[in-house]
Amino acid sequence: MLQDQDRIFTNLYGMHDRTLKGAQARGHWDGTAKILSNGRDWIIDQMKASGLRGRGGAGFPTGLKWSFMPKESDGRPSYLVVNADESEPGTCKDREIMRHDPHTLIEGCLIGSYAMQAHACYIYIRGEYIREREALQAAIDECYDAGMVGKNACKSGYDFDIYLTHGAGAYICGEETALLESLEGKKGMPRMKPPFPAGAGLYGCPTTVNNVESIAVVPTILRRGPDWFSSFGRPNNSGTKLFAISGHVNNPCVVEEAMSIGFEELIEKHCGGIRGGWDNLKAVIPGGSSVPLIRGENMREAIMDFDYLRDQRSGLGTAAVIVMDQSTDIIKAIWRLSKFYKHESCGQCTPCREGTGWMMRVMDRLVRGDAEVDEIDMLLDVTKQVEGHTICALGDAAAWPIQGLIRNFRDEIEDRIKHKRSTTSRPVAAE
Amino acid sequence: MLRRLHPDQPASFAFTPANQAWAEAQIAKFPEGRQASAIIPLMWRAHEQEGWLTRPAIEGIADMLDMAYMRALEVASFYFQFQLQPTGSIANIQVCGTTSCMICGAEDLMAVCREKIADKPHTVSADGKFSWEEVECQGACANAPMAMIGKDYYEDLTAERLREIIDELAAGRVPTPGPQNGRFASEPKSGLTSLKEFDSGHRKYNASAQLATDLGETVKRIDGTEVPLLAPWREMGANHHPDPSKVVVRDAPLDIVTETGRIDPAKAAQGDAAKSKAKPKQDNTNAPAGEPGPRDSASIAKTSKATAKAPQVEGDATGTPRGASKSAADKTKIKSEPATGKTPLPGTAGQQGDEATGQKPQTMAAPRSDGADDLKMIKGVGPKLENLLNSMGFYHFDQIAAWSSEELAWVDQNLEGFKGRATRDEWVRQAGILASGGDTEFASRVKKGDVYE
Repeated sequence: MLQDQDRIFTNLYGMHDRTLKGAQARGHWDGTAKILSNGRDWIIDQMKASGLRGRGGAGFPTGLKWSFMPKESDGRPSYLVVNADESEPGTCKDREIMRHDPHTLIEGCLIGSYAMQAHACYIYIRGEYIREREALQAAIDECYDAGMVGKNACKSGYDFDIYLTHGAGAYICGEETALLESLEGKKGMPRMKPPFPAGAGLYGCPTTVNNVESIAVVPTILRRGPDWFSSFGRPNNSGTKLFAISGHVNNPCVVEEAMSIGFEELIEKHCGGIRGGWDNLKAVIPGGSSVPLIRGENMREAIMDFDYLRDQRSGLGTAAVIVMDQSTDIIKAIWRLSKFYKHESCGQCTPCREGTGWMMRVMDRLVRGDAEVDEIDMLLDVTKQVEGHTICALGDAAAWPIQGLIRNFRDEIEDRIKHKRSTTSRPVAAE
Repeated sequence: MLRRLHPDQPASFAFTPANQAWAEAQIAKFPEGRQASAIIPLMWRAHEQEGWLTRPAIEGIADMLDMAYMRALEVASFYFQFQLQPTGSIANIQVCGTTSCMICGAEDLMAVCREKIADKPHTVSADGKFSWEEVECQGACANAPMAMIGKDYYEDLTAERLREIIDELAAGRVPTPGPQNGRFASEPKSGLTSLKEFDSGHRKYNASAQLATDLGETVKRIDGTEVPLLAPWREMGANHHPDPSKVVVRDAPLDIVTETGRIDPAKAAQGDAAKSKAKPKQDNTNAPAGEPGPRDSASIAKTSKATAKAPQVEGDATGTPRGASKSAADKTKIKSEPATGKTPLPGTAGQQGDEATGQKPQTMAAPRSDGADDLKMIKGVGPKLENLLNSMGFYHFDQIAAWSSEELAWVDQNLEGFKGRATRDEWVRQAGILASGGDTEFASRVKKGDVYE
């Protein structure tokens, strides 16, 4: 198990002093100017060496992403945009960073922006996180007061502004180009790529969009060294990670653990076990609503990292673990996700606009058993037609949970249909 | 559901003066010509002011931002947080219904809403006080099920508790937001499994609930006077005109691991705990045993030197006493403090002189025999600040009313975590009124029980 002294988010639960002073006592904002004086290439090399993969779901190497930004400005400014639009169902980790350990994020924004020669950073937080926004803004104000950001940030010689802005309840704005559209004051509809944001992002300028957790771990990685960070987890899956466990465990929680921790260890150590014991475990969605579920019996041995879960035809995603026990109506649980994606489709691409509604309506009938058995294959076929045919990954994300359900619980869907038919159309003897 | 403008619209919209000033500060966050970027924050503020988003507000904001009405209407109808029809006069209750909450009982919560408010969502109750809707994942899944009411999350709900909350709101009270089952934030309910060293010196509530109780505006219509307007990016920022980087990049990079002193979190925790122990009046339920103050500070400085992983010393030496009780350390003058002569950490240089600011006012060891005044009657002083003030030796309105400007400056500087609040919220003026037996608008609301439970 990860030791407390190796945890990056030492105030995850907010039980400690949340002020700048408290953060400094815990080692944040220490030698920031020295870090900057080592230069942007050094910072990016260190990030590459640490093996940090983006914490927002896709797992793209952060250092590599940073290196895509132009080295010399062509006159346009560069921007760092922090994606704090945490809305993937099951995910509630960035919230804890922003309200309780905001200085990890603010310092990370300065260092990351400097590494990409951005003098301004926008944090786009979801609209519903109102108190989190207030807490984070208070921390930013505190940093301006103390000279950590603003003109000559940390007396480093670098001018840096950090602006907090927000959305208003649209899941799609968590997609990076939709977020940029929203940040420009438009509807959050994803852009075609290319051009990629590093070439033309916010206001047509070079932009990198990173998840909150990816940025917030940067200062500690640099201070403790990439070797320290990569000593956790299996190769290619290094570091520590915030896990958010919800659903049918005895003690749902958010906790920072080493990557590649065993699922059983994670649940037993921090969540007090599965409700009703391990035999009562039905299924787990290991990485937020967009990844396919895994049957309970295959989950006990699972390793919580990108590569292992990908090999199980699922994914680590945002490490938002939704646990479902035998009392769960698994078809309904996935139907609810279909409803979510239908609600959140921005309507730009036809396969998604029409497909999410279509899939939800079929799922609705499957929940009731009011369907034909061969409709299961038709549904599977539709998910394949939506998948990969949309501008952004929302279409894929709507398809995968259904594919996971059919792959793992086809018997249950068929049983429900047969049961329904046997109770409604039983031949009655003529009297 | 269809998102269209409501047939009955008010005749006009205007931001309150304070909201207008706030809105202008938001627009300044964006480069010239990019003011449209501020549309969502401005619409949200209009929504908070009016309770829903009206057509005059949409058009007024479009004018402010030099946008076509249609572009603003597109935004208003795209984002689901904007209510395009009137909601309950007290609150619109938003129950999260997505999978994590659903499997933890969200359907029971919606049944309560159907029973107590209206059969259908987006319908105002018969008494006009409430409306409700099912919303998609609100991002508090480890605290499922939950509902958002006004500005706040009520988490770890049961049907019974939601029923009570609605009743309390109907009666004009605002129940404390946050987890409703005794949890502090998103830690395991049975107790901490990590960061155990850090369960010390904390405030009464988690950051969200603390703000809610300090400000007391969970279901209030926001007029902009609730908190002072701060916009440091305007005065202290580069304001979209940064100078070219003046960072001198070293030829050979410094070894940051040895250059920065990573403070052992366990020791830092003790240092902070020592501070809170020294002020036992704080909302501190878990202070570890042990003598507070200098002894701890000194030993911490020593132990962290000895145990630190990296071969650094400076950072710990300068860092730890800062984490520990500064005032306690000052009082006893730790002779061995090795920080002398060391370059302070960036950005902290100015802080060293903070305590010299102003003059310490007279304090009292205990309240007078007739008991302490309820300092929460002062707008801007919540339960946390009241405790802090008491621990500093302030119990009565007349004490605060008597602060000179020098003394006020000292207090502002020494309000841990609330620096500057005394001036910002005009405590002296308010305390003067209250000390002379008068009433302020805020105090009368406190007396009515509108603000605190």
